[in-house]
Amino acid sequence: MLAYIIRRIMQSVLVLFVVGLVAFSMFRFVGDPIENMLGQERTTEDVVRLRADLGLDQPFPVQYWRFLENAAQGNFGLSYRQGRPVADILIERAPATLELALVSGTLAMVLGIGLGVLTAIRRDGWLANTIMTASLIGVSLPTFLIGILLIYVFSVELGWLPSFGRGETVMLGQWSTGFLTKSGLMSLVLPSITLGLYQMTLIMRLVRSEMLEVLRTDYIRFARARGLGERAVYFRHALVNTMVPVITIIGLQLGSIIAFAIITETVFQWPGVGLLFINAVQFVDIPVMAAYLMLISVLFVGINLIVDLLYFLIDPRLRTSKAGAH
Amino acid sequence: MKLKSLLLTSVFYAGAVCSAEAETLKWARAGDALTLDPHAQNEGPTITLGRQIMEPLVDRDMKGGLVPGLATEWRPSESDPNVWTFTLRDGVKFHDGADFDSEDVVFSINRAMTEKSNYREVLASVAEVRATGPYRVEIVTKGPNPIMPNNLTNLLIMDKGWAEANDAVDVQDYEGGESTYAAKNANGTGPYKVVSREPDVKTVLERFDGYWGLGQFPLQVTRIEASPIQNPATRVAALLSGEVDFIQDVPVQDLSRVDGSEGLDVRKAPQNRVIFFGMNQGDADLANDNVDGRNPLSDVRVRQAMNMAINREAIQKIVMRGQSEPAGVALPPFVNGWTAELDKVPATDIAAAKALMEEAGYGDGFSIKLDCPNDRYINDEAICQASVGMFAQIGINVNLDAKPKAQHFPLINNLESDFYMLGWGVPTYDSEYIFNFLVHSKGEAYGSWNSTRYSNAELDKAIEALASETNIAARNESIGAIWDQVQEDVLYLPIHHQVLNWGMKSHVDAIVDPEDSPKFKYFAFK
Repeated sequence: MLAYIIRRIMQSVLVLFVVGLVAFSMFRFVGDPIENMLGQERTTEDVVRLRADLGLDQPFPVQYWRFLENAAQGNFGLSYRQGRPVADILIERAPATLELALVSGTLAMVLGIGLGVLTAIRRDGWLANTIMTASLIGVSLPTFLIGILLIYVFSVELGWLPSFGRGETVMLGQWSTGFLTKSGLMSLVLPSITLGLYQMTLIMRLVRSEMLEVLRTDYIRFARARGLGERAVYFRHALVNTMVPVITIIGLQLGSIIAFAIITETVFQWPGVGLLFINAVQFVDIPVMAAYLMLISVLFVGINLIVDLLYFLIDPRLRTSKAGAH
Repeated sequence: MKLKSLLLTSVFYAGAVCSAEAETLKWARAGDALTLDPHAQNEGPTITLGRQIMEPLVDRDMKGGLVPGLATEWRPSESDPNVWTFTLRDGVKFHDGADFDSEDVVFSINRAMTEKSNYREVLASVAEVRATGPYRVEIVTKGPNPIMPNNLTNLLIMDKGWAEANDAVDVQDYEGGESTYAAKNANGTGPYKVVSREPDVKTVLERFDGYWGLGQFPLQVTRIEASPIQNPATRVAALLSGEVDFIQDVPVQDLSRVDGSEGLDVRKAPQNRVIFFGMNQGDADLANDNVDGRNPLSDVRVRQAMNMAINREAIQKIVMRGQSEPAGVALPPFVNGWTAELDKVPATDIAAAKALMEEAGYGDGFSIKLDCPNDRYINDEAICQASVGMFAQIGINVNLDAKPKAQHFPLINNLESDFYMLGWGVPTYDSEYIFNFLVHSKGEAYGSWNSTRYSNAELDKAIEALASETNIAARNESIGAIWDQVQEDVLYLPIHHQVLNWGMKSHVDAIVDPEDSPKFKYFAFK
């Protein structure tokens, strides 16, 4: 058990290392930050000086090593665009993304599971068919289009909901929250629907097919034969067994929600880390890009690690096969 | 605090819907200011926000004309041609109540001349700044400089005492990576003071009740809420839904939509920015063409043919939907040196162009790569695409390579492009600025954006002499002569002057500033 965990953690560190290397080598193709940092009236001399100051004149391995050295000490350097420490900016921006991810994740889970069960139980009803057809739209429309459509209908035509930003936020220590003001909550509605729609349809379709699978098994038939009520059969017996693979998927999708927030945040000018990353790419703000990519890869690697370890704990077959192999 | 201001604004709204004496203006543009430090970043949105809060000695109004700012008068000294004398405005207060005097001016200009400042080049001709009285300042230049005041219009003045007290004496050091107090706070003499600032999210300004210009300017905007909205569709939606009152950078495809909406207007004006193509005409052979051992662009007849091949009217009508001014010279209108004669658009004449190509020995044409940005100028990539077809008509097979500005500009500056698009604005409103950067041979002090490899020693001499020619008539004559030479040599292929589009609620009374930099003290409400 312990050996397995240590091996998995070692693998995760290696993955991070490689992600850093790939990300870092890609930055050279994004462009040159120097032009963006100096005004129109700069001289050739300024360019040379700034390049040397930023260490951009060093060979690639040296630059990467420096980055690793600093990152290991938790120092991600300064944003070229804002001239402030990257760590500060990330801390400032993270709450917006996490709150948005939380709301859209909850929305996707509650609606996804609810509608999934509904469409499984009433599999031939008109309502279920309508929902299944509608869910195709959620899967096939690109995020930015959904966002623009929602803005068009609910902001421009109806004037009900704000089209951009977070509204008024309240500071709770280091954390800026939009949950405590009316405008903050209103601002959350459209972006979280946009971000959560795809995940919702995914969860719904997954729950439905798993549920149909489970409902065909013998123990459900026995439960019915014992004279248990509909509700007990569906919710106590069927749903619980449906949830095992669904929870795995939900866990993995959590990472995607945070990573996919980039497009939604750009459409709604949502001041989170996704928008920060897009701005950084346009400006070639290397320190911010590097920190963001590392953060996202830590997130994914961490989630994968936890899911793997949970499987290891849940599924006894894994353990015996491992023991048998030695 | 926030609740209180909300209540106040709603009271204002309730009481002042039509006869607006005082109102909040919600303003959105694509990007946010990078910093509040006035000397750290010489960049459009940064200057625009900064100048609501701080002021220069010599200002510009919304038409681009020079007007008194913190200086009431300026003139070259009679005894010494190398000295400009500025008389400062008396009785001006900073937002924190400190008095403004010559000490602050000397401090600010010296600060802007330090190595970390992005204004060093603008002040390259300054040798020394000295206070000769509490309200008199002398700027000593290295040789006479007839247009010194034009170089000061974006140079904002800080309070010396405030900077010293808050450890902001040094310009924000992007490279060394310190974040100074001045990056997020400011104390100026300007019409608006900072209430709160969250970079990239929201900046709130309020009218300064101690402003020296109360009663001289409309100043009807009492509170400004500035939010960047990067996505053009979202920005337009925010205006259509009434969440913001004023947006810059309206995309051309949405103009009719905004203009046709009840209670919204689009206001237009030519921008101080010209778009043109540059060509490598100095090298013996090009890296990015299919002609060996010769450089087709070094032949003036080829450049003339290319100039005739571009159908500027078609670009204006189809690519820009009418939102541009076709140009005959790479010089924005209203800049000193511009004449209607120079800017006369060359007639599109394919037959004559083909004849010239034939004469130059390129009757069969040639291929060349065109480098173009896709995120810098209005419809930049589409302009290049349209030009590809136009050049094809005279046998020039253009391979278009469009990329983000962060990759495009380095190509130009590292002399890796043979044929490229570039745009240029002239903050000093004088031709000398363009000559220094775009016409003079590329070298240490001059020609840093001239990647045409064009080098004309006589022209260089004439350009360098402009800086110290104090006889205005002679200077203008020399400027005219330089332009004639540039046009004759077809140094650049001008395309058009950009047109600015601002969208706003109809009751906002403002004209469009040619530098895309709104000055809110001039805004009123109908």
